[in-house]
Amino acid sequence: MTGMTARGEALRTQEMTINMGPQHPSTHGVLRVILTTDGEVVTRAVPDVGYLHRGLEKIGERVTYAQFMPFTDRLDYLAAMNCNCAWAWAVEKLAKIEVPERAEFLRVIVAELNRISSHLIAFGSFTADMGAFTPFLYAIRERERVNDLFEMICGNRLTYNYARIGGVSGDAPPGFLEKTKEFLDYFEPKIDEYNNLISYNKIFVHRLANVAVIPAEEAVAYGMTGPNLRGSGVPFDLRRDEPYSVYPKFDFKVCVGTGERGKLGDCFDRYMVRINEMRESVKIVRQALAQIPEGPVMAKVPRVFKPPAGETYFRSECPRGETGIYVVSDGSANPFRLKIRTGSFVTMNIFEKVTKGLMIADIVAVIGSFDIILPEIDR
Amino acid sequence: MSNDPAHGQGQPAAAPLVSATPGLGPEAHVMVGSADLFVNWARKSSLWYLLFATACCGIELMQAGASRYDLDRFGAVFRATPRQADLMLVAGTITHKMAERVKRLYDQMPEPKYVIAMGSCANTGGPFYKDSYCVVKGVDLIIPVDVYIPGCPPRPEALIDGIMRLQKIIMTKKNYGARA
Amino acid sequence: MEARAIFETLKEKFGDAVVELQGEGFTPPFVVVAPGSVRDIARFLKEDPALSFDSLMSLSGVDYKDRFAVAYHLYSMKHRHAVGMKAMLPRESPSLPSVDDVWPAANFQEREAYDLFGFVFEGSKDLRRILLPEDWEGHPLRKDYKYAEFYHGIKI
Repeated sequence: MTGMTARGEALRTQEMTINMGPQHPSTHGVLRVILTTDGEVVTRAVPDVGYLHRGLEKIGERVTYAQFMPFTDRLDYLAAMNCNCAWAWAVEKLAKIEVPERAEFLRVIVAELNRISSHLIAFGSFTADMGAFTPFLYAIRERERVNDLFEMICGNRLTYNYARIGGVSGDAPPGFLEKTKEFLDYFEPKIDEYNNLISYNKIFVHRLANVAVIPAEEAVAYGMTGPNLRGSGVPFDLRRDEPYSVYPKFDFKVCVGTGERGKLGDCFDRYMVRINEMRESVKIVRQALAQIPEGPVMAKVPRVFKPPAGETYFRSECPRGETGIYVVSDGSANPFRLKIRTGSFVTMNIFEKVTKGLMIADIVAVIGSFDIILPEIDR
Repeated sequence: MSNDPAHGQGQPAAAPLVSATPGLGPEAHVMVGSADLFVNWARKSSLWYLLFATACCGIELMQAGASRYDLDRFGAVFRATPRQADLMLVAGTITHKMAERVKRLYDQMPEPKYVIAMGSCANTGGPFYKDSYCVVKGVDLIIPVDVYIPGCPPRPEALIDGIMRLQKIIMTKKNYGARA
Repeated sequence: MEARAIFETLKEKFGDAVVELQGEGFTPPFVVVAPGSVRDIARFLKEDPALSFDSLMSLSGVDYKDRFAVAYHLYSMKHRHAVGMKAMLPRESPSLPSVDDVWPAANFQEREAYDLFGFVFEGSKDLRRILLPEDWEGHPLRKDYKYAEFYHGIKI
């Protein structure tokens, strides 16, 4: 930036490098960003990731297919059910296993419940980052109820390990489906409460509207997926466009950004897509509860499970975008190579581009609106 | 108001303070005990923890601090900076890339300081113990740990239990527990 | 468009640079191409109106023990079809052209493959280690990787 000094010389300000993270309250984990700033304006923000790299892909090569299931919980701990199911679906696609219908319904129910609880954290922590701490407490209040449901069905609050190759670990306990319905009845009006509480708050809207606008073509080219892609107005949802499991049986809307408070594809649109998606998930779970058939929940899978040699890429719609699992099998009990493509990792690609020229405080808005989570980035 | 003439009209001098000093009346509370007891009690009742959430346990830590479990009851509130923290709650996996930062954060905390290793990863490396090439097999290889909480991840109840155990440890400190 | 038809189209255009079609047991099927012509073929796949693969789903390295491979999973938002592209690399000097100017999404994934496999993507915008520290030795996802004993004095 140049101004004029009293003597009429051009005033030069010095660029400054600031380190943000890996220990920072609003980086959603251990993200590190190296900011080059000119006053308040960010001239360059380079993300430095890998502080949570645990080598899941290497671990996958050293354990059997079934043993890898608990590690998928830790792939995205906010949406562990979705990752569990993604791994099960990928291996079933590789080995061509038919899964009993009741198991598929249970998977969809828990996956959509987990999508709700994951979006709740996205909503809560995003608003907390924006300086409004109260919605966070509201979000956790509802999330605890989802946790209770999961505790009922699989005994754990966060890392579920519920799906199995060929089905799920156990049928829903008595009362689970009724309790789920109770939760939905309780939860659905709360979404309006969130909107009244914060979504259209003037300050909040000002912080988000027209910040980090990503046009649709750019979002596709940079490989953005999930709510971030839909926030740019691209109506693409794997549940509808590349249907898997029993999703074709359900009627739901693909939420997209509409540019209602600013340009299409800004932070506010990405935020709003998540809020609206919670409503759609409620809709899906309601339909699943109405249609769920009786029957077994586990297919016959041999104890020593060896899928045929081959390579499969399976992708499913997780709360943070497309989780693609590329499995190379050589016919042995362990995967030969396992690559997990996650929404957050690929989304971070565009980070440097969209943050150019923003204010420092907007960086937090961008991180929050992408809803990244570090174990997905680092694996 | 000052008596400085520059501030306008000079005020009349205040009445001498001496006469206002009261004697020890019936409201005065006297507590007799060792200074250690008092200092330890003060310390254990305001354990401000560093929000150091690296992985899954961080979410349970968040939920323990929020609506249902309400960690604030124990005087434990989160701080975003190590300079204001008494307690480091290592919640999650520590990788070798992260190890140096953990040490640095610990060094930045003022004495007395305490460390709770929350969850299997911080205790031993957890599920990544055997097969991972870049996970530190326990945060105690880097910094000293006071309390270990098992679980993957531990429930908020377990975390609260861990904090209460740390409070018990603090109560046993002698000579103002100058060093943790 | 079916994978077979895509393979025929590419074969016609690029001749010997397109090696084979891996169909049986592969979902989606892979078109195996010569590593040197990866960028040209990628550009054609993206820009040809009948193909228009505008989205790079995933870019992964694979260690087949006798050789390396880079697998690209492509998808077309317009035509809603998918195909895989694979380039086989020799073990001695695994290098191939970068495609991050065709699909910007490739950059991080190429850095990951460089980090974990040691593949060199020529002409990349920014090729540095991404997940592991800069001074890490070796590439862990190679099959012959030996776990180190210590890193900066801490036992692994």
